Amino acid sequence: MKLKLKIWRQKNAVDAGGMVSYDLEGVSTDMSFLEMLDTLNEKLIMEGEDPVAFDHDCREGICGSCGVVINGDAHGPEQTTTCQLHMRSFKDGEEIIIEPWRAAPFPVIKDLVVDRGAFDRIIGAGGYITAPTGSSPEGNSTRIPKPDADAAFANATCIGCGACVAACPNGSASLFVSAKVTHLNLLPQGQPERTTRVLDMVEQMDAEGFGGCTNTGMCTVSCPKEIPFTSIANLNKEYRRAVQQSNKA
Amino acid sequence: MTDQTMVGEGEFYSVGGPLADDKAPDGEIQTRWERRKFASKLVNPANRRKHKVIVVGTGLAGGAAGASLAEQGYHVVQFCFQDSPRRAHSIAAQGGINAAKNYRNDGDSIYRLFYDTVKGGDFRGRESNIYRLAENSVKIIDQCVAQGVPFAREYSGLLDTRSFGGVQVQRTFYARGQTGQQLLIGAYQALSKQIDAGNVEMHARHEMLDLIIVDGRARGIVARNLVTGELSTHLGDAVVLATGGYGNVFYLSTNAKGSNTSAIWRAHRRGAYFGNPCYTQIHPTCIPRSGDHQSKLTLMSESLRNDGRIWVPKKHGDNRPAAQIPEDERDYYLERIYPAFGNLVPRDIASRAAKNVCDEGRGVGPGGQGVYLDFADAIKRMGEPAVREKYGNLFDMYARITSENPYKQPMRIYPAVHYTMGGLWVDYDLQTTIPGLFAAGEANFSDHGANRLGASALMQGLSDGYFILPTVLNNYIGSQKFAPVAADAPEVTEVETLVKERIDKLLSINGDRTVDSFHRELGQIMWDYCGMARNDAGLRKAISEIRQLREEFWKRVRVPGTGAELNQSLEKANRVADFIELGELMCIDALMREESCGGHFREESQTADGEAERQDDKFSFVAAWEYAGEGRFGGTQEPVLHKEDLIFDYVHPAQRTYA
Repeated sequence: MKLKLKIWRQKNAVDAGGMVSYDLEGVSTDMSFLEMLDTLNEKLIMEGEDPVAFDHDCREGICGSCGVVINGDAHGPEQTTTCQLHMRSFKDGEEIIIEPWRAAPFPVIKDLVVDRGAFDRIIGAGGYITAPTGSSPEGNSTRIPKPDADAAFANATCIGCGACVAACPNGSASLFVSAKVTHLNLLPQGQPERTTRVLDMVEQMDAEGFGGCTNTGMCTVSCPKEIPFTSIANLNKEYRRAVQQSNKA
Repeated sequence: MTDQTMVGEGEFYSVGGPLADDKAPDGEIQTRWERRKFASKLVNPANRRKHKVIVVGTGLAGGAAGASLAEQGYHVVQFCFQDSPRRAHSIAAQGGINAAKNYRNDGDSIYRLFYDTVKGGDFRGRESNIYRLAENSVKIIDQCVAQGVPFAREYSGLLDTRSFGGVQVQRTFYARGQTGQQLLIGAYQALSKQIDAGNVEMHARHEMLDLIIVDGRARGIVARNLVTGELSTHLGDAVVLATGGYGNVFYLSTNAKGSNTSAIWRAHRRGAYFGNPCYTQIHPTCIPRSGDHQSKLTLMSESLRNDGRIWVPKKHGDNRPAAQIPEDERDYYLERIYPAFGNLVPRDIASRAAKNVCDEGRGVGPGGQGVYLDFADAIKRMGEPAVREKYGNLFDMYARITSENPYKQPMRIYPAVHYTMGGLWVDYDLQTTIPGLFAAGEANFSDHGANRLGASALMQGLSDGYFILPTVLNNYIGSQKFAPVAADAPEVTEVETLVKERIDKLLSINGDRTVDSFHRELGQIMWDYCGMARNDAGLRKAISEIRQLREEFWKRVRVPGTGAELNQSLEKANRVADFIELGELMCIDALMREESCGGHFREESQTADGEAERQDDKFSFVAAWEYAGEGRFGGTQEPVLHKEDLIFDYVHPAQRTYA
């Protein structure tokens, strides 16, 4: 395959940045998207140019490190992570436009690399069940109905890649936050912190500058782990419940 | 142990005095850990916050340790090279975590898990450590459930378990094919709470580049901020390395691209002995490579061997599509050779068997480097929805990578480097030969002998992190006095200078080869001569080729950019330089160990029917290697071998049989 790449290049956080075009030949359809970028970088290095910086690690769709906007879509044309996208999803001769996640709370560090530290701070604000090591009861002492366990699991599969934010016209982190709130608030272990969890996480989400949700649904169709859109409805329900609870208290 | 001369001694290495673990109590194995805990010094809760503990790595071992130490009250300073502690490579573990809960009432017990692990490790692990691991396994499940880890459950609401290779009980707890992710997120959330509370000072996108030793004790590290390039020194009272394994020395492996040996290798160069570097696990069920562009290999969980049947055509060079090969022309070779365990033999055995049938010319797929893993019978028996429920995400991943539908045609799989049993040598307290330097999880050598059983890595990482480190660090800190280390102490500034010089050197070469080209070449040498089968001549050849490669690297590598920015080529160059040195030590270790054991198969040491043959009279020891050379930019002197004799009071070594 022969490709025409247009890639966002930005030296550092303060550089203005801009799109740069590259021609790349000898791309195999079996390559992953990141292997295609590797090939470009090998070429750039030998030509004395600075290679394109991008985040990646496990390259099997689970660590959540990778993620770029490809032709306007977060993670590109398939509903998967960028590392699991293969070049067979593109046509020979195609122009591919590659940009970093775009959202104010995810500032660009260099080229396609952004800072997603806001997600860590949201988890730190309340996305956990307090269970200090040594304090736990026997694992089977609390039965959890399989449907609840399965629903908690479906939400717990979020990899924190940030595609939902990048895809959202409002730059909202609602899907990310709703996945964690739904996972933990569904479980019996999560009940004691149910109210504070959602209040603290939403407060942090707002403080980080993420936008509000207007139900466009772009997040859920971009999510490589298919976190359900209904989780956001659940987040709203949990939030309303929590506000009522704390008003009573 | 006999004192006869070893192969390669004097030529590649010398032999030093013996080494022993002096921390595990003697006597009844069931109470050793209990007694060790009771003998341990404690630190008053009010005093703990005065002590700073440095933890490098945020995977299962590091994440669990950081959170647990902070909960106790220690001031933790933690590092990871990824952009978030949630991304450590533990996240990619698929299949499950073992625990001796005996919920199935199928005869499991702590003792049986201990026994299976000693045997599975081919009698090259340390009994005391392994028993403690089995003991802790039970509490790990409780701990993770309490954190909200969504383990698979039955309709009764009780925890579900399944089987894994090398055992005949169902003791593996799992969360679909994402167990590592769920366990890591549990540890990460606990850690995040401590970060938010100010008890853990977290440095993401920082890579440890050297260790600081003052008065013979580990007192800090030098790290590079991967965004700004700034070098910073962090001082404390103890250092924990939970930095994972070094499978990427092979370039292609199932490890994440960033997984590296640098933290433990730099510690090794500062005096920490390296245990059993040649013990590598080659996992039998990975997706075969598709071409030269391949940047990593993807594992298909071992759990698939519960229901998938492995076969190749009986005829050599039979290239008909799988569906056209009739049943009686298929060789279900694992079921044939190992009827008792069938498709669930341990990983080393399954991998070697796949290599053998491919070497015979019966492999399938491009280049004949693959065997079938077939779910047709399982789909017939359970129905497609049940198979999807159990393995859906793995099937999806396979389809995405290969563009083949595994519900309709068998998967093609081939072995790939997956895990390294070797690592920094540690005693029962997980302390390396440098006082105050601890190693946990895959970074240490301790619990899996020469072969790790499936679903035991998660168990070990969490056992080390949640339950062992908090105890042994109390003991270490409680029994020492710590004067503050001055930032301008010569022991500190000297290390800072060396780190800076090395970076400057890498940037100044400006040669004509990329870092990746060196890494690929190293990987090919390692795979060809120090992979699934090893022999004397091949290992000697590998050592000489690696030495040449090292010379070439320091002359011809091209690292663009500067040190004062995000520079991924520089990060890789730092790592590959260390991999080259480690690769040489792995080959020397493999050459010295003229026996076959677990993942280490020496062609000279096999039984008449081609099974691995251990030589307990000569090799029942842990090889702990001491770094001897000063060579600053690559050159190493002959390492020194120290032997720790293995003592088996309970599980007596026998040839492993799974037939």
